Amino acid sequence: MKLPLSWLNDYVDIHDLDIESLAKVMTMVGLEVEEIRLVGLGMPRGDQHEFKYTGLSWPAEKFVVAQIDEVLPHPNADRLVLCRVQDGTGETIVLTGAPNLYPFKDQGPLAQPLKVAYVREGAVLYDGHQPGRKLMTLKKMKIRGVESSSMICSEKELGISDEHEGVIILDDDAPTGMPLADYMGDAVFDVDTLPNMVRDASVLGMAREVSAALGKPLHEPDASLEMTGPPIQGRAAIEIKDPELNPRFVLGLIEGVTVQPSPYWVRRRLNLAGMRPINCIVDATNYVMLELGEPLHAFDYDFLIKRANDGHPTIITRTARPGETLTTLDGVTHQLDPEMELVTDTAGPLSLAGVMGGEESEVSLDTINVLLEGASWNFINIRKTVSKLKINSEAAYRFSRGVHPALAEAGVRLCLKRMAAWGGGQVAQGLIDNYPNPPADPVITLSADWVNQSLGTDISVQEMADILERLAFICEVEGDTITAHTPPHRLDINEGLIGRADLLEEISRIYGYDKIPSRRLDQPLPPQIIDPVLLMQETTRDLLVNLGLQELVAYRMTSPEREARRFPPEYDGPYEEYLEIQNPITVERRVMRRSILATMLEILEYNSHLDRRLAFFEIGPVFLPVDGQQLPNEKLMLSIGLTGLRDLPYWAEGEPPWMDFYDLKGVLEGLLMGLHVDHVAYRAAVHPSLHPGKTAEILIDGKVAGVMGELHPLVKANYELNEPPVYLAEINLAPVLAAARILFDVEAVPTYPPVLEDLAVVVDETVPAAEVEAVIRQGGGENLTKVQLFDIYRGQQVGQGKKSLAFSLTYVAPDRTLTDKDVGKLRKRIITLLDQELGAVLRS
Amino acid sequence: MTEKETQLAKLTQIQAEALSALAKVTDTAALEAWRVTHLGRSSAVMGVFSSMAGMDKELRPVMGKAANEVRQTLEHALEEKRQVLEAEALQQALETETLDVTLPGRPVTRGRLHPLTQVLRRITQIFGDMGFQVYPSPEVETDDYNFTYLNMPPYHPARDMWDTFYTKTEGVLLRTHTSPGQIRVMRARAPEPIRAILPGATMRYEQLSARSEIEFAQVEVLVVGKQVSFAELKGTLDDFARRLFGEEARTRLRPSHFPFTEPSAEFDVGCFVCNGAGCPVCKETGWLEILGCGMVHPVVLEYGGYDPAVYSGFAAGMGIDRSTLMRYRIDDIRHFRNNDVRFLRQF
Ligand SMILES: [Zn+2]
Repeated sequence: MKLPLSWLNDYVDIHDLDIESLAKVMTMVGLEVEEIRLVGLGMPRGDQHEFKYTGLSWPAEKFVVAQIDEVLPHPNADRLVLCRVQDGTGETIVLTGAPNLYPFKDQGPLAQPLKVAYVREGAVLYDGHQPGRKLMTLKKMKIRGVESSSMICSEKELGISDEHEGVIILDDDAPTGMPLADYMGDAVFDVDTLPNMVRDASVLGMAREVSAALGKPLHEPDASLEMTGPPIQGRAAIEIKDPELNPRFVLGLIEGVTVQPSPYWVRRRLNLAGMRPINCIVDATNYVMLELGEPLHAFDYDFLIKRANDGHPTIITRTARPGETLTTLDGVTHQLDPEMELVTDTAGPLSLAGVMGGEESEVSLDTINVLLEGASWNFINIRKTVSKLKINSEAAYRFSRGVHPALAEAGVRLCLKRMAAWGGGQVAQGLIDNYPNPPADPVITLSADWVNQSLGTDISVQEMADILERLAFICEVEGDTITAHTPPHRLDINEGLIGRADLLEEISRIYGYDKIPSRRLDQPLPPQIIDPVLLMQETTRDLLVNLGLQELVAYRMTSPEREARRFPPEYDGPYEEYLEIQNPITVERRVMRRSILATMLEILEYNSHLDRRLAFFEIGPVFLPVDGQQLPNEKLMLSIGLTGLRDLPYWAEGEPPWMDFYDLKGVLEGLLMGLHVDHVAYRAAVHPSLHPGKTAEILIDGKVAGVMGELHPLVKANYELNEPPVYLAEINLAPVLAAARILFDVEAVPTYPPVLEDLAVVVDETVPAAEVEAVIRQGGGENLTKVQLFDIYRGQQVGQGKKSLAFSLTYVAPDRTLTDKDVGKLRKRIITLLDQELGAVLRS
Repeated sequence: MTEKETQLAKLTQIQAEALSALAKVTDTAALEAWRVTHLGRSSAVMGVFSSMAGMDKELRPVMGKAANEVRQTLEHALEEKRQVLEAEALQQALETETLDVTLPGRPVTRGRLHPLTQVLRRITQIFGDMGFQVYPSPEVETDDYNFTYLNMPPYHPARDMWDTFYTKTEGVLLRTHTSPGQIRVMRARAPEPIRAILPGATMRYEQLSARSEIEFAQVEVLVVGKQVSFAELKGTLDDFARRLFGEEARTRLRPSHFPFTEPSAEFDVGCFVCNGAGCPVCKETGWLEILGCGMVHPVVLEYGGYDPAVYSGFAAGMGIDRSTLMRYRIDDIRHFRNNDVRFLRQF
């Protein structure tokens, strides 16, 4: 809400505070000041400010109150006038084109001089003729032969509103020569109202907080009202169908009003608070809403009588009937549904309860008698209506957060008083008040000891009670115990335990968070629980980074079409059920992803022209809906993507080769070894996204944990990727992390020297290297500690359909030095076994 | 001259000739040639040894000794010469072998953690040192966990604070904050005391822009125990801020509102960009909003399985993206999930 300081000052004396200090006080009680717009007042001293300042200051030597003694015609222009102006230092002639001065033209010296806002040469102010707020410096100029160096200002030029047609005419008692900032300088705080503090979406509400924080008295507005007209009783009636939805409805009547503009100070305040002045009747409802926080609605009483066939109108509050419609005063016609609460009369809907009035019953310039509504509504019902109709208003903003029914009466009284003051007329005696459902204002008992324990403070019970009383609670103190009665303007305070927490907040907020001490936790340490999965997940990240990969963090939201790109065209796989988003931001992100591989491919594609070597991994969930289960499975996956150069190009060497299948396999081996996962195996496999001849399944303890391989050429064509092949792995992390070991055996470093020898065997092309290695290990037994493939040869020497695999073998015994004879025996056993199992022949 | 004198004179001459030849040697190859000629199997001095068989019995020991002396002298001279030559060669190498030290080094293909992971780890480590342990929680949540159990029954006005993605599954939404994890960890641990941190992805319905994301990472901090106080919340956050932003970090707690905490606060840290003077990063306030926090609301404790008459606690939630953005003065929040290598490789 926009809060003009001059208005706040009506209820709490803030003259002795500079703007910055006041904004700090407000921010520190929960009324966060987001921006300060200066409307005349100067910037606070000092150069460190904690708030954003905008707007315009009016320096005393340039901006003053002046008086126009005579309005003369311009010799060469009909649309301009010359004003004889006194500014307290002397007389000058000022040129202006303000239409609201024309009526005073050619009248000779004015009996009652016009008081105006006057600026001198060199003043910086807003340009009245440019859209928006653009600063300009007032310079001497000549218009049609008449020189002018000063100006009479419109509201726009001073930054009060966007009104620039006429100049401001001040009240007659404005002292000529007084600096304008002293006369009417102001500042507007843009306050962010917290959802539980809608009571403070009002000037009085904010004043109450400020008074509580500063310990200054609060001056509530004088609501004494002279009711001199014929009584209202019997001239209107109220019928509430559902007190749950409408706990209270109050009507007041004022007759014989003149629907005219409000006094200047009212219009100025409404403008500063961000509301457009309309006429004194509508302005009074808006003014009192801003003042107290109670939205009000004015009906044309005679129009209601007409609708009641010249009888007394009966206001009926009820939910809408099927098919009912209502055109609100913004001109929009709404289809109503049976949950929406309405204010109606016997002829039909009048307004959308608590949200917006109807167009027809609105106050017009011809209105003479006004029936004024002050009511209270169920905030949940208002919220539903607002969200269904996508409508908003100042009233709905407040009612949808909860306004206390007590304010309905207070609002009506104050508003009738303001209407009579600004529009004349007689207020009918009495009010019609239907109050079927008064809320019980909670009474809360709390001990000062508990408060101090909860806050870590040492506040006296009396100080706590004082704080609450400054917030209008009524407190009884008995020993350590406070019994606090909630004031009848608050709906945010609860009973019992929750009420205690509510008051804890009130006490701490006003006492000041900055005064609460800062202490280290003094609590028993909870049981320290190891989570091996989390531990191993972080180890996985570290290992992959050490293996040269860049980690990614990726979007969870995608579309089925985007994920389908990971399949070859014409692929006819099983149906995939997605978790669909009801209100997606775009169709491109309308489901939760199922495939981490699809994410990886998109990121590889995005980066394909940005670097010649891409090596990525991502750890994150995919979302798999499960029948009969409310929440989807969030399956933790790992993806790896490699493409491009194996190393970064380097000036001393030629172009590095492209990465291949075995780069990816090296990464996986490095990862699984680093995690101390045993019983890992790789097996040729097929996967729709991968090249059928270059794909492997990763098995842990014989169970498939993931797949790896080269991207299928047909799938690659779905993406904008570069020439080098792309290698991908997709791994279900749960079994990997479960198999990873925090504790593992460390083998003793052998005391005896190893014996090294090479062994080359020729086998059929179809025999996998891993099988050959397994047979060698079997033959070598426990003294064969290492088997490493170091060469593969194909060619004439070994014959068609054959390959030679060369291994380097390491033999060590834990208890002695192996002799040539020992090794010879093992070697013989290996060769025999290779022959028996695989038909392998020793390569000569 | 006796036979002895003749033979000794011959030895003297052998030695003199060899030494004079050695003096002319200037490189290691010539030195090796000299060794073969003067100390090798067919050298003159070795010839003396082999001719000794035909010598007088008395003469033999004398000649043997003399020849040995000559051989030793020559060997010493050879060794000295070798050292001189090696020193010269090294000296020459040091003078001539030079590199262009300004050429770039051989690139190492280094991997990196994503910046969000780096910052999250820093935060986890700081809280870890204070005894907090990570508790994982789901990203897709029920309406109950995301709102109702956090003291926001249906149509509660505070639900407006979160623009929510709903799913087509009844009562299921994408969590708008990590706070539902509070309920999950409480239900798992009650009635034990809790010090937990809950990191993870969260989603909000926002228009994507440089300043707002639909997906972002958060981390939630939760303490539950008997007689946990607001002062301890303040102390924990102060320690955290000093460790994350430096010993000099200024902090403040400012009243705010969250339905699941009461009292609630925003925790601000003095702007490290402008040191409080005001700049666009801190929106001219000199303060950066780091996290929202407060004392756990009694309703939330109750839903979590703790009796609010006996237990109390505090909670705090902070956006990892936002603090990373501020920490590195990154201009666009979307960089994090675009994964552009030109961005990622700077961390
Ligand atoms: Zn700053």
